[in-house]
Amino acid sequence: MENLKALAYELRENVIDMIVEGKAGHIGGDMSVMEILTEIYFDQMNISPENMDDPDRDKFIMSKGHSVEAYYAVLAKKGFFDIKDVIAEFSKFGSQFIGHPNNKLPGIEMNSGSLGHGLPVSVGMALAGKMDENDYRVYTVMGDGELAEGTVWEGAMAASHYKLDNLCAVVDRNRLQISGNTEDVMAHDDLHERFRSFGWNVIDVADGNDIDQLKTAFDSAKETKGKPTVLIANTVKGKGSSVMENKANWHHKVPNAEELEQIRKDLAAGKEAALHG
Amino acid sequence: MAKIANKQVICDVLLEAAKKDKDIVALCSDSRGSASFTPFANELPGQFVETGIAEQNLVSISAGLAKCGKKPYAVSPACFLSTRSYEQCKVDAAYSNTNVKLIGISGGVSYGALGMSHHSAQDIAAMAAVPNMRVYLPSDRLQTECLMKELIQDDKTAYIRVGRNAVDDVYEEGNVPFEMDKATFVTEGTDVAIIACGEMVKPAVDAAAILKEQGISATVVDMYCVKPLDKEAIVKAAKGAKAVITVEEHAPYGGLGSMVSQVVAGECPRKVINLALPDAPVITGTSKEVFNHYGLNAEGIAKAAAEAIK
Repeated sequence: MENLKALAYELRENVIDMIVEGKAGHIGGDMSVMEILTEIYFDQMNISPENMDDPDRDKFIMSKGHSVEAYYAVLAKKGFFDIKDVIAEFSKFGSQFIGHPNNKLPGIEMNSGSLGHGLPVSVGMALAGKMDENDYRVYTVMGDGELAEGTVWEGAMAASHYKLDNLCAVVDRNRLQISGNTEDVMAHDDLHERFRSFGWNVIDVADGNDIDQLKTAFDSAKETKGKPTVLIANTVKGKGSSVMENKANWHHKVPNAEELEQIRKDLAAGKEAALHG
Repeated sequence: MAKIANKQVICDVLLEAAKKDKDIVALCSDSRGSASFTPFANELPGQFVETGIAEQNLVSISAGLAKCGKKPYAVSPACFLSTRSYEQCKVDAAYSNTNVKLIGISGGVSYGALGMSHHSAQDIAAMAAVPNMRVYLPSDRLQTECLMKELIQDDKTAYIRVGRNAVDDVYEEGNVPFEMDKATFVTEGTDVAIIACGEMVKPAVDAAAILKEQGISATVVDMYCVKPLDKEAIVKAAKGAKAVITVEEHAPYGGLGSMVSQVVAGECPRKVINLALPDAPVITGTSKEVFNHYGLNAEGIAKAAAEAIK
């Protein structure tokens, strides 16, 4: 198996290229979610450009659609499109690579961007699987700030009501949103209990930027029957460079030349450590 | 034949189709009784999804089902479906291009004295403004049946608004002129054109009869397809008339009247009078009392038409 830890750093480098070239991007959340997406797409999910018409292939909804740069990097690596095209065209006039997922692009199921939609849509997809007795699984990734949207909890209610054990949600718990600390904006610190009280199997991932811990959690989710699973993945916003880590003002930011130089050095060091550390 | 509500016809058509097509799924938000969908839920429980009182979830779940090959019909009071779930209709249904049919029941002021929270007088404006969203307001049970049989066969999203109560037939059983996305000319005249949609078509036809007694010849166009709007029909009707009257169970802004006015102004300028509900919470009463109060009845339409061509 490919070294997914190193791959996550390589994909981060793609994201930086996209954001610098496109002069826009939700960089902090891209960095925090990268191991989650890498583990889902390169280890957990049965999905590829070749099997998109297979009714049994797994499904994914990027509910925190603003982290689309990370999603593009992953989909390009999977072969859905060319990363060179994404880097050259991202956010530019007339581009198909816009600032939120759009299902005119191959590999993307649904358009997202407005928060709180991914989980309810995933409920519908998982329900269809149950109705047709297909054995695919449905994955969705939400931000922690996103959990203030009421529709997340409408979806959570329905998922347990219909016993959707083929549904696995992930919360990218990086504890920062655009206005600052999530606990100051709208507290979530009883998050695990909230999901449990909605009838979910809750798995805490102590380090949500650790591929091994994520793998263990996703594998455990697959074995859980009769209820949906949510992974609360404790991540670091801006993960990969000291320039960005745990800084709310890097929610949406384009690095200047000096910052860029340091970010590239840090990401290269992270990749090196993953390969040889 | 005993009169039945348009929403009942929708259930009947869907239930028959769903018995042969397991992918047809009906979803309700604690609205199966008011939607006349209890027979569907009872006969095909495996193809019925209850979401509870959660209209946003209703539409998003429908979109997810559609993405996985199902043919979902989200059935909920028009007031909630079109405003509470507006973003889900916009993003998950229309923008994501999923085959979600949105059935808004008890539309307009069907709920009468329940007040503005339960009225959907903004739905045409809201839904028509969304790219990729079609908007249909069938006039009677017979046209509703024709429309649903067409919609079942396509794979695009649409919003269909019907009222709560049974309404008088506009058409004759076994002889319903219907072409998808083409307005129906119910009568053809030479003096005034009345363009109506939904449950305002019947009073428009009755108004034409009153006008005939006064020596005024009226065209009545049933614009059930509000979007895609049948512009050719509007131009044809307007060109053959001195004035155009629009009639709708909707707020005065952004509805059929606004849309028809745009076409008439651009293509064949004529005086256009828009008959609609007021820009205010409507007076308390049954829907019939409300219509009578605001002149949205045969007499009111006839009066407006006669004055328009003076």
